Amino acid sequence: MSYLAKNLTSGARELIAFRIGDQEFCVNIMSVREIRGWTPATPMPHAPSYVLGVINLRGAVLPIIDLSARLGMKPAEPTVRHVIIVTQVKSKIVGLLVEAVSDILTIRDEDIQPTPDMTSEFERTFARGVLAIEKRMICLIELEAVFPQTESEAA
Amino acid sequence: MDMNEIKEIFFQECEEQLAELESGLLRLNDGDRDPETVNAVFRAVHSIKGGAGAFALDDLVSFAHVFETTLDCVRSNKLEPTQDVLKVMLKSADVLADLTNVARDGGSVDQARSAQLIRELEALAKGEAPPAAEAPAPKAAAPKAASAPKPAPVAAAAAPNDEGFVPVAFSFDDFGGEEEAMIEHPAYEVVFKPKSELYTKGNEATLLLRDLSRLGEMSIHCNMDSLPPLDQMDPEAAYFSWKVSIRTDKGEDAIRSVFEFAEWDCELDVIAADAGEGADGETEELPMQPVPFDLSALDEEPHAPLGVVEEEEQIAAAQEAVTAAQTASNVVQMAANTSRAAAAEKGAAAAAAAQNNAQQASAAGQTIRVDLDRVDRLINLVGELVINQAMLSQSVIENDSNGVSSINMGLEELQQLTREIQDSVMAIRAQPVKPVFQRMARTVREIADITGKSVRLVTEGENTEVDKTVIDKLAEPLTHMIRNAVDHGLEMPEKRLAAGKSAEGTVKLTAKHRSGRIVIELSDDGAGINREKVRQKAIDNDLIAADANLSDEEIDNLIFHAGFSTADKVSDLSGRGVGMDVVKRSIQALGGRINISSKPGQGSVFTMSLPLTLAVLDGMVVTVAGQTLVVPLTAIVETLQPDAAAIHSFGATQRLISIRNSFCPLVDVGRILNFRATQANPVEGVALLVESEGGGQRALMVDAIQGQRQVVIKSLEANYTHVPGIAAATILGDGRVALILDVDAVVAASRGQPLNLETSLAAAG
Repeated sequence: MSYLAKNLTSGARELIAFRIGDQEFCVNIMSVREIRGWTPATPMPHAPSYVLGVINLRGAVLPIIDLSARLGMKPAEPTVRHVIIVTQVKSKIVGLLVEAVSDILTIRDEDIQPTPDMTSEFERTFARGVLAIEKRMICLIELEAVFPQTESEAA
Repeated sequence: MDMNEIKEIFFQECEEQLAELESGLLRLNDGDRDPETVNAVFRAVHSIKGGAGAFALDDLVSFAHVFETTLDCVRSNKLEPTQDVLKVMLKSADVLADLTNVARDGGSVDQARSAQLIRELEALAKGEAPPAAEAPAPKAAAPKAASAPKPAPVAAAAAPNDEGFVPVAFSFDDFGGEEEAMIEHPAYEVVFKPKSELYTKGNEATLLLRDLSRLGEMSIHCNMDSLPPLDQMDPEAAYFSWKVSIRTDKGEDAIRSVFEFAEWDCELDVIAADAGEGADGETEELPMQPVPFDLSALDEEPHAPLGVVEEEEQIAAAQEAVTAAQTASNVVQMAANTSRAAAAEKGAAAAAAAQNNAQQASAAGQTIRVDLDRVDRLINLVGELVINQAMLSQSVIENDSNGVSSINMGLEELQQLTREIQDSVMAIRAQPVKPVFQRMARTVREIADITGKSVRLVTEGENTEVDKTVIDKLAEPLTHMIRNAVDHGLEMPEKRLAAGKSAEGTVKLTAKHRSGRIVIELSDDGAGINREKVRQKAIDNDLIAADANLSDEEIDNLIFHAGFSTADKVSDLSGRGVGMDVVKRSIQALGGRINISSKPGQGSVFTMSLPLTLAVLDGMVVTVAGQTLVVPLTAIVETLQPDAAAIHSFGATQRLISIRNSFCPLVDVGRILNFRATQANPVEGVALLVESEGGGQRALMVDAIQGQRQVVIKSLEANYTHVPGIAAATILGDGRVALILDVDAVVAASRGQPLNLETSLAAAG
């Protein structure tokens, strides 16, 4: 049985895990287009503080979001060792700045535990669930909530 | 290719034919009496009818048929194309366009209107052409045309019993009864020499001759004299010609109409022979020796017409194999071309006519239909190429300090080439504004009808070219403005006469290129803007204070405010709540500007200035607070290095710069865009004097000018959102993204309208 077929039949899915500070997060691998190194972005006027600016991705203008700042943590100070995860939600493509990609996980839907009942803004908006993998805790992120325009459309 | 694709092509062609039809009718309306114009109009309707018949679009066919019948009266000089006649015809053209649209997109058409026009057209045809009165109603012939299997050789015209079509084309006095007809039919000599183009276009001599045979008794001779030896033969060429003696009661026009679709690709002579004279006697007078020719042979055996093959015994077997491999129609082509050499003997008139036809044919062959998506993809790719080339040049310059290596020279050539490619690709998208202008002609007619005003639309510069996207987005605001001009601008005829003007109002639409933009002007000779009324309305709507002191120009520009309409009553045409503000917004969305100037009693002029393309832009690359920005060159009036003495503080934060004794507000771009917290020292920077949409100049302060270059416009909205103060983005030679400044928004922000508020309004609208 092929790899893909096995995943489909067993209800498994693949996630990309990455690190921000001392925390680990993950997103569905199907929404990740590519992973690339950090290049300086052109700042945008009147942009939210978590939007670092835009970069040129082979001719397309790609906004870069500092995921750390977006999730309410301290703003990143990008270095060449930082990584941009290029993700797509619906027709829009956005780059997420993270510290490093740590893992590719194959999990089953039932492995995802509901987010603990806390009332913080962060958990309600961005977290879709948590995973316990080898004694680590990895938070599954809702990408649509991260995208800036989705937020402004809702407002 | 399935049926739907063919149908789609038919509708595309319909659009062209309709445009041709309308422009032809308008030319006739302007007094053009060139028979070729009438023919073009007739052909357009005829082609639509033929194609519609193939798809069994009965409504379209029956209307087109009646229309065509009346046009044929004009063509045969039985009906004078007076203004009244042309008015009916122009309306008919509109209905034909509607029917075509309905056939394509579904929906319903105003049946009463088309029925009314059918009656009017029939009345015209009958009133002026007596034979038509005896004929059954032309409508009766329509179902027949509808059931015709092919649009090609005019089945309706060629069918022997189709009396509905014949009477109008018939021009002979001896239109006798059925019994005597066989004896008294006049005889014609038809010489038909196809050119190779005939076959390339998928026509078939056999089919044409077969159609001809339906008109009456005929005998055919094929001339194969010019058929070269097989080894010199061009398989794609036409070598044969046919001489046909035919007796028919249908008249010369019916014979010609058989060849209607092939007429540019063949030489055709139709000579009326005396009724009593035999066809055989005529044949012997010909210099060439006609060979009796079996028509059916063409269909069956590729070898049959090639009697020559037997004489050429020495031909290698291999060559014979090649010959055998040719399709039947290819052989016919060879055969038909035989006659081409003989054609040289023909009279000078025929040669001239042929040349004329050839020119027409080649003009028609110079266009191709391309899917717009493909062109767009090409444009995107070329955009990438331009950026890539710039990046390459930059890195070479950085690594090659002396700048004399051969790489550098090669790069310069590459740069020129990419620029040329870019220009050529852009030219593909450039289209004349003609189709939009033609649509406006219809709008004018319709509104004139509804309002009871008499209006003439004058268009100029229809061939001015502009990017397809601009054209597509131009139609809506233009329609709106034309409606306004006729409905509000022009007065009723009585009023006009009282004011000493002609009863007929004139609306003029012109297009021209001016300094890298297209300028479209819409002027009317109506009453002009009633400034008192506009002012009062503005006060009523709280747009201005009751005691506001406004210049005439400012009052005129009030009509661009949202929800502003001065029409006394809300008419069907304008005053639907959407007004000139919508027009202004759509023009601005295209990167254009609109202005109005009006003279009471003499009319108003709307001037729109639009970019030629939405894909590239000439910009000034500047530095602001360490960031690189691009300012559209079209906005910049001049650049200057401010002198400390020229800067004057005005109030707490404002500063003015004096330029030639007038004061102009200084706008710090870096401050407006929030790139820096405090205003920069103007003396250390450069001032760009810009002319903004709201009129009035501003001096934009930037830190430095890097240079001037053409940039490819990249959308920010695709992956992000609209950014206030920023029009779009572009990618510079170093591969980094630079933002393109929205000058109007920046100037508006400097007037105290916060940038964010404006965008939230724009987003809401």
